[in-house]
Amino acid sequence: MGLDFSVVPAYIDRLLLGALWTVGITVCAALLSFFGGIVFAVIALYAPAAIRWPFKAFAWLFMGTPLLLQLFLIYFGLIQIGIDLPAFVAGAIGLGLHFAVYNSDIIQAGILAVDKGQYEGARTLGLSQVQAIRKIVVPQAVRSVVPPIGNNMIALLKDSALVSVIGVTELTLSAQLAISKTFRPFEFYIAAAACYYIINLALEAALGRVERRIAAAR
Amino acid sequence: MDFDLILRVLPYFLQAAIITIKLSVYSIALGLVCGAFGASARLSRYRSLRVAGATYVSVIRGTPALIQLFILYFGGPQVGIQLDAFEAGVIGLGVNIGAYMAETMRGAIVAVDKGQFEAARTLGLSHVRTMRKVILPQAARLMIRPLGVNINAQIKGTALVAAISVVELTYTAQRYIGSTYKPFEMFLLAGALYLVIIYVVGLGISFLDRKAALK
Repeated sequence: MGLDFSVVPAYIDRLLLGALWTVGITVCAALLSFFGGIVFAVIALYAPAAIRWPFKAFAWLFMGTPLLLQLFLIYFGLIQIGIDLPAFVAGAIGLGLHFAVYNSDIIQAGILAVDKGQYEGARTLGLSQVQAIRKIVVPQAVRSVVPPIGNNMIALLKDSALVSVIGVTELTLSAQLAISKTFRPFEFYIAAAACYYIINLALEAALGRVERRIAAAR
Repeated sequence: MDFDLILRVLPYFLQAAIITIKLSVYSIALGLVCGAFGASARLSRYRSLRVAGATYVSVIRGTPALIQLFILYFGGPQVGIQLDAFEAGVIGLGVNIGAYMAETMRGAIVAVDKGQFEAARTLGLSHVRTMRKVILPQAARLMIRPLGVNINAQIKGTALVAAISVVELTYTAQRYIGSTYKPFEMFLLAGALYLVIIYVVGLGISFLDRKAALK
């Protein structure tokens, strides 16, 4: 059986729809991972020990186990305790939490790199502890860690292919559905890979612009 | 939580963990080789090699590992490549992590002070000897920690081959869920075994890193 890419155009609309879902779940998970990462970082640095240590254990568990397993646990495992999430929601939460833990590590380093005088100055000017962290420290920390967080977003885009396994009809699963009708895996997986590559290039370009704007604003 | 059940299936999960370890070791070894070639190509004097290296890194890092595995395993037979699931898993994962390792290695080599290279050349060492005797020993030390990050990611990445039905930890967990209907217990058990593997490997990497730093 040779290669025949002429079968692909007939399914292009379905692949593009899948690509849209890939972008959708990536955006949802990226937002969750970004704000979750900030919350986790603040907990890890400022929360009382009773909250901090269980949280650190949770982060360690998340960093030491495969994302695929976490997705399975959230989608299939939670049903056992009565939580039945739609696949898209389970996928977005799984991806988002997984990368939030990684982002939290980076943001923690960013927070620690913010000059201590900034926090002290804010407190002296009468801001409360929460206000000083939220309005003064975190915004500066986040700006300094945009490049590594951008890398995580790119990793997130590619790892979003995993949610095909729990039945979200994104790009990968769309390709699989086309393959089950045409029996042409090579052509459709290459087509899907090309779509991912294009989305990836667009994301890299967008992140590059954000980085340049932040650099210019400094 | 059904602990009796966990104890009953534990032996099968341990067998599966050995497959996960094998997959990790083989694919990481292949990844190091691909990474070394990729990094050398990207730092080469020849443009064609630099372009080839950059293309390898960009294409592999720009597409999902899962898709790469599918192309190799399901698409391979169409172009005359017949691999069993384990072989496809090792090759697919190895080539994938190789692209990330190539960047890690290139970064470490570039990070060695330029004066070192110039001084060695001035002292009469050839290009190859300069790389081998002066640059690489210093770069190797800088590589250990970031390569450790790659290795850590790869061990977790082996879970992907469950999707092409290699009977490793994640696939085994899925299989026993089919017969026991206890997803929580099965996934937690598999997760615990991953944690053990990653923890032990992490200790090894820290040890190497400390030893390299002491010299």
